[in-house]
Amino acid sequence: MANGHPTLELRNLRTHFFTRAGVVKAVDDVSFSVGRGKVLGLVGESGSGKSVTGFSIIGLIDPPGRITGGQILYQGQDLARLDEEGMRHLRGNRIAMIFQDPMMTLNPVLRIDTQMIETVLAHEKVSREEARQRARDALGQVGIASPDERLRAYPHQFSGGMRQRVAIAIALLHKPDLIIADEPTTALDVTIQGQILAEAQKLCSQFGTALIWITHDLSVVAGLADDIAVMYAGKVVEQGPVDQVLDAPLHPYTAGLIGSVPSRNHRGAALRQIPGMTPSLLNIDAGCAFRARCPRAEIRCAEPPPMAEYLPGRLARCIHPHEEAVAA
Amino acid sequence: MSTTAAPRLAAAAVETPFRRFCSQFAESKLALFGLAVFAVIAFIAVFAPWLAPQNPYDLAQLDIMDGRLEPGSVGGSGMTHWLGTDDQGRDMLSGIMYGLRISLLVGAGSAIIACAVGASLGMLAAYAGGRTDTLIMRLVDLQLSFPAILAALMILAFLGKGILNVVIALVVVEWAYYARTVRGSALVERRREYIEAAQCLALPTRRIIFRHLLPNVLPPLIVVGTMQVARAIALEATLSFLGLGVPITEPSLGLLIANGYEYMLSGKYWISFYPGIALLVTIVSINLVGDQLRDVLNPRLQK
Amino acid sequence: MTLYLLRRCLQACGVMLAMSVLVFVGVFAIGDPVEILISPEADQIERERAVKALGLDLPLWRQYLVFLGNALQGDLGRSFVFNEPALQLILQRMPATLELAFGATIFALIVGLPLGLYAGLKPDSPLSKGIMAGSILGFSLPTFWVGLMLIMVFAVQLGWLPSTGRGETVDVLGMRWSFLTWDGLQHMAMPAFNLALFKISLVIRLTRAGVREAMLMDYVKFARAKGLSSNRVIFVHVFKNILIPVVTVVGLEFGGTIAFSVVTESVFAWPGMGKLIIDSINVLDRPVMVAYLMIIVLMFIVINLVVDLTYSFLDPRVRLEGKA
Repeated sequence: MANGHPTLELRNLRTHFFTRAGVVKAVDDVSFSVGRGKVLGLVGESGSGKSVTGFSIIGLIDPPGRITGGQILYQGQDLARLDEEGMRHLRGNRIAMIFQDPMMTLNPVLRIDTQMIETVLAHEKVSREEARQRARDALGQVGIASPDERLRAYPHQFSGGMRQRVAIAIALLHKPDLIIADEPTTALDVTIQGQILAEAQKLCSQFGTALIWITHDLSVVAGLADDIAVMYAGKVVEQGPVDQVLDAPLHPYTAGLIGSVPSRNHRGAALRQIPGMTPSLLNIDAGCAFRARCPRAEIRCAEPPPMAEYLPGRLARCIHPHEEAVAA
Repeated sequence: MSTTAAPRLAAAAVETPFRRFCSQFAESKLALFGLAVFAVIAFIAVFAPWLAPQNPYDLAQLDIMDGRLEPGSVGGSGMTHWLGTDDQGRDMLSGIMYGLRISLLVGAGSAIIACAVGASLGMLAAYAGGRTDTLIMRLVDLQLSFPAILAALMILAFLGKGILNVVIALVVVEWAYYARTVRGSALVERRREYIEAAQCLALPTRRIIFRHLLPNVLPPLIVVGTMQVARAIALEATLSFLGLGVPITEPSLGLLIANGYEYMLSGKYWISFYPGIALLVTIVSINLVGDQLRDVLNPRLQK
Repeated sequence: MTLYLLRRCLQACGVMLAMSVLVFVGVFAIGDPVEILISPEADQIERERAVKALGLDLPLWRQYLVFLGNALQGDLGRSFVFNEPALQLILQRMPATLELAFGATIFALIVGLPLGLYAGLKPDSPLSKGIMAGSILGFSLPTFWVGLMLIMVFAVQLGWLPSTGRGETVDVLGMRWSFLTWDGLQHMAMPAFNLALFKISLVIRLTRAGVREAMLMDYVKFARAKGLSSNRVIFVHVFKNILIPVVTVVGLEFGGTIAFSVVTESVFAWPGMGKLIIDSINVLDRPVMVAYLMIIVLMFIVINLVVDLTYSFLDPRVRLEGKA
């Protein structure tokens, strides 16, 4: 932990979008922390607010949205209160982000070396040759062979997996303290996905980079993360060490998610699903947002449930979590 | 005690598409202004014979001694020429009012005819498919890649001057836009499932076209049509200015401007200036309306 | 790449051929070639001689070959009025028109790109709204009238610029160019600006639309996530992306600009191809009209080809198709 603080700590973060149709509470009271070299899996369905959380951390929330409350403590410093120039110095430098769709993340009309060198030069005064060398090294680190040839190429000449590796290489150029990966393997083949995951893990342990891996895929999280935070309708509904949470979930939503993974199904048995649909973020229930779909819903759920620590290090936003887990 | 668990339906007043369209259109004050201005212009054009202080084409009323008077001066007959007179002694204000008639007539008239021709061909292309479609679209491409002014010039060069010939030239130049737009919409609609459903129900083709296709083809057509009217008016004015458009006996605004060309250098600006302003205001108002129509009726922006 | 070039050139030839057939049919088959191509002033003997020379007494398909043969040798008829070969007349005046068209294009880019960029980056600012309103004005204003007003204000009232005509010329490559002299530039300023008006609006709107679209793209977000300065994001990342469609459209419009110069040249008495054709139409000098048509089509085809090549050069996605 650098200077006694975790690499990143979110406290009661709120990011709202003020649209014509109403206020969208995309992120509504989210708190978690990530330590040095640790991997946090941020899990949720589309619309749960996980991507917006990632963008909030790196400060790329555009109007009509803005951070309306809470703190984003990066090594103790509150990013939510930092001005744009300050944020710019951190982005790509100490805090990097990898996006979901490698096709559109790299600018199609600029060469790879241009896009990498500019990242280096944006934060450090080195010569172009030195920057190019760094780019070469970074490509080598992510396992891209013949980097010189690759550097002079354009993004469309790469496959999806390669492009994502390049994106990771770019993220690593300044050896950041924190990397936010927003569903980086969703658009890729499963085999490539595995490779990228392995790379990511290796790099984190090697450099002590904290990693927030945003995904909707539990299986990815299972193999990669140290901790997991499950998001639903803008709130974190459960968090804790990944093995414990996946083995014995507290929150009914987490249980539902785990249960609905097809591979966990017995052949011949009906696939299990969580009934209902994700709520529109414009019309979130005043009480527990999961209430409408929860098999355990009762009258008391009309009150918003607080986040409670049922077991050491394990929190859940539910008033009647799964007893087996608690009992265990 | 307990609120409903199911999400509440957004309670909205009964909002027909037309009402929504009107309120969205009205969001642009500029477009509303354009619409109002155009309404005034159309009114003037239609009722010119009654509104104009003088009939500029009644030779008996003219006195050449009144020629080239400055705006605001009083003519021999005691009439105040608010916008001056031209070289023949015609009252500019009246001339402009009558000129608006011709300009609007030719502009809107050609647009309507071009729309009819183009839309029919577009529908034909979309429905017939195959060779007919290819042939028609090649013609459209050819027409669209050729600059309008040149095509019109060539047609008028070979046909000669006159209002009818101008209309023909304009129609030839414009039809392709309509054809392409209509074909595009018709193709999209044709593939939609509800057409198949309607066809399965054995609804008569005519009904399919009018009840189902037309309401979906209409919005882009309206947008294109509006912009085309403005273009047609401008093109006719340009052609008349070059001396290849309407005859002197029924001058449009373009011809009026041409008449004043030679007096520009001697400082008698009003003979060209005011008709130009009238032309400008007409075109701009139509374009303002058309711009907003395009934004409102654009399906991609209907989020 | 060369294969592509070759294919396009062949296509171009095909179109030219088709056009020649069309013109031929229009003039020789539908129209009365005697009336169109032989001066009405000619007497009987001259007429017969011309008929023989044009091959008008031959069967139609042989006439076409004569026509084509003549055309390829550069003989597109003789002007009634000037009694010179029509092609020569047009080529003499081409530099003047090209100057004007290029000047207008440059004007449009210099004025339109920055304004469009600003309007795209700050779409809700009052200046942006002003720019957009101005752009509507730009393509609504009737060009010829604006030209008149420009003359009135800058030449008659203020006396800053000459009202009509072309300035001093300098001989380069056997052609007379006026943009190389200060006097020439002064004469060119108003007509070029007049001609540019429509294109300025076009460029503004295109640029603005392109910028607004580009700013929403992931690569812009990624560029910002890398910590690049907003200047770099805008002027390198966004700009290079929008340049491609803007240049393409402007290039394609170049042909239209040349065509539209007929109006500007008439207003400013600019001695270019446009003025020639208007004068010719008014006196029914048909060989010039026919020749003009052919030349314009040829120019269009060449312009299209050049734009295509430029586009594939600018957009690496197209350029590198089929390579590694």
